[in-house]
Amino acid sequence: MSFDNAYESLLGHEDSHWAFGTGFSEALSGVNREFPVGVDREDIVAYCLMLGDDALIFSQRLSEWCSRAPELEEDIALANIALDLLGQARMLLTRAGEVLGKSEDDLAYLRDERDFRNVHLAEIDCGPGPGGDFGTTIARLLVFSSWRLALFSRLRGSADPVLAAVAEKGLKELAYHRDHAAQWTVRLGDGTDESHRRMQAGLERVWPFVDELFATHAVEARLTGVAVDPASLKSEVDGVLEAVLAAGGLSRPADTRAARVAGMAGRDGVHTEAMGFLLAEMQHLHRSLPGAVW
Amino acid sequence: MSTSWPLWEVFVRGKRGLNHVHVGSLHAPDAEMALRNARDVYTRRNEGVSIWVVPAAAITASSPDEKDPFFAPAGDKVYRHPTFYSIPEDVPHL
Amino acid sequence: MADDLELRFERTVQADARIEPRDWMPDGYRKTLIRQIAQHAHSEIIGMQPEGNWISRAPSLRRKAILLAKVQDEAGHGLYLYSATETLGADREDLTLKLIEGRQKYSSIFNYPTLTFADVGVIGWLVDGAAICNQVPLCRTSYGPYARAMIRICKEESFHQRQGYELLMTMMRGTQQQRDMVQDSVNRWWWPALMMFGPPDSESTNTEQSMAWRIKRDTNDELRQKFVNMSVPQAEALGVTFPDPELRWNEERGQYDFGQPDWDEFWQVVKGGGVCNAQRIAHRRKAHEDGAWVREAAAAHAQKQAQKQAVKEGAA
Repeated sequence: MSFDNAYESLLGHEDSHWAFGTGFSEALSGVNREFPVGVDREDIVAYCLMLGDDALIFSQRLSEWCSRAPELEEDIALANIALDLLGQARMLLTRAGEVLGKSEDDLAYLRDERDFRNVHLAEIDCGPGPGGDFGTTIARLLVFSSWRLALFSRLRGSADPVLAAVAEKGLKELAYHRDHAAQWTVRLGDGTDESHRRMQAGLERVWPFVDELFATHAVEARLTGVAVDPASLKSEVDGVLEAVLAAGGLSRPADTRAARVAGMAGRDGVHTEAMGFLLAEMQHLHRSLPGAVW
Repeated sequence: MSTSWPLWEVFVRGKRGLNHVHVGSLHAPDAEMALRNARDVYTRRNEGVSIWVVPAAAITASSPDEKDPFFAPAGDKVYRHPTFYSIPEDVPHL
Repeated sequence: MADDLELRFERTVQADARIEPRDWMPDGYRKTLIRQIAQHAHSEIIGMQPEGNWISRAPSLRRKAILLAKVQDEAGHGLYLYSATETLGADREDLTLKLIEGRQKYSSIFNYPTLTFADVGVIGWLVDGAAICNQVPLCRTSYGPYARAMIRICKEESFHQRQGYELLMTMMRGTQQQRDMVQDSVNRWWWPALMMFGPPDSESTNTEQSMAWRIKRDTNDELRQKFVNMSVPQAEALGVTFPDPELRWNEERGQYDFGQPDWDEFWQVVKGGGVCNAQRIAHRRKAHEDGAWVREAAAAHAQKQAQKQAVKEGAA
């Protein structure tokens, strides 16, 4: 796995996990970075931030499990998923930064809450904090990865070569994430009375945030041929979730949806109260030492 | 009921043309999870490998010395973990 | 008969060959190994916490990815080592209980707090560096599964040490505030790092038997000296100093002379009086207890599936 270059894993010569430091000198060599013609670059930036922030913020949440998972094997699995998502985030923020003349870190650390474009599902506390437990975390992972996998499988055909390459690379990762979540959903649903109750409660906790995943944003509507319209994913994702829940003997929560805030939600930079704290923690060191190099 | 998951032995084919080689063990509730855990723990994200997982309890091992009365009969069940296999140098990441 | 077995064991060890799980071995050897490997495994698992403390606050995405991967490795190392103890008849669940009930120890270094991000670098450089000094000889330890686990671990540890040193080099090239942060961190970790090799040989009780069994291959003081010799030039290259007025090159010995750590502090921390002892154990205990329902659920599901399978096969 590469740490130095956000695009490195797109280039097909991915280093082993341990070969840290053997990076490329030319940051973006090898990946076609031309922008498709006839498309507003501002929209591409916004779209990269949407998909990038989803991954970054969810990765931040998942990494909270590190050293807190139910068993060592699961600790390692959740860290792998968090690392995959962080890798996706870095590529997408780097792409957005190419237009803005900013680095991935500028975008991750120096934007304020209103400029983050992630969905609420990525940012809420689903455990190990007080907002949930392992069941809630699995519920979120199941919904998120099923949705993102469906999205990325279509994004492979994007007219933007970087988005297409990111999707191609991410597909295998997301298939694994979804599989992991599905395996656990079934086990927790079927295991004991307590695990069934907790898994069902986890689903109830995340369900109000599902609707937002399928709401088409104006940016997505404008980016024909570049972006995927999330509304088009709904039936596929529904089918996946239904099958997994059925296998675990779980019931699909009623379609309650969290109300929007004056018509706005995460894609518009309007977040839940959890987001400010998440960013305060994530950004404080970077912001405390302006001019520092890391 | 025991909450402790059983032990599985993990064998990895590092690349095509090589045998599966014992790389270690892990705990998992069942075979599917054992396979997934093995991928995370022992191959991380290197693609193109094949993994076997075997319940440690299902392995029958020979005694180190057939004349050794301490381990008669020779077809004894393995003592929790049969790490009888050396790891060749040409298997990556081991 | 027993003498024959003992003789064969002694000969195997003397010949620098490996003892394997089903070989006959003296009880003391088995017990010492379980204790030593378990303590090592616990250290890896508890060691996830001080660095894990900075994952959410890592100041760049690259550093965040490196740190998360590193802490994940430590979980892997703990796992390999618990596996090695299981070849000796121990059980991970049982060892975990011993850890959280305070009946088994882990490396005292992890009871020190990580207060700045420079600590992530210094832990990589000095703490992992000291661990490597301790661990490299263990790749040739007499017990096969332990030696093989150590080979894998040492390969991964060298990545850890490099990332730590590289972080510090980067910070030293940064602002004055960053350089001060690195020096402050070195001042806090140098003595505890020296303590990682254990008490002086004159006070160490287990050394002799462990050396004879080739479970241990060098004495505490030998390893400590090796570590100091290795670290001083690295500190110079980095541009930091160690907080030891007695540290100087001894031409005659061809080695560095250095002062002794505060062994009273060492024993105080070992006995539970460090800043983080209680917190580290409480954290591990909470993870283990909070996870019980998950482990139970997966075991219950597996049992149900096995029953279904048995019924199906019975019907067929």
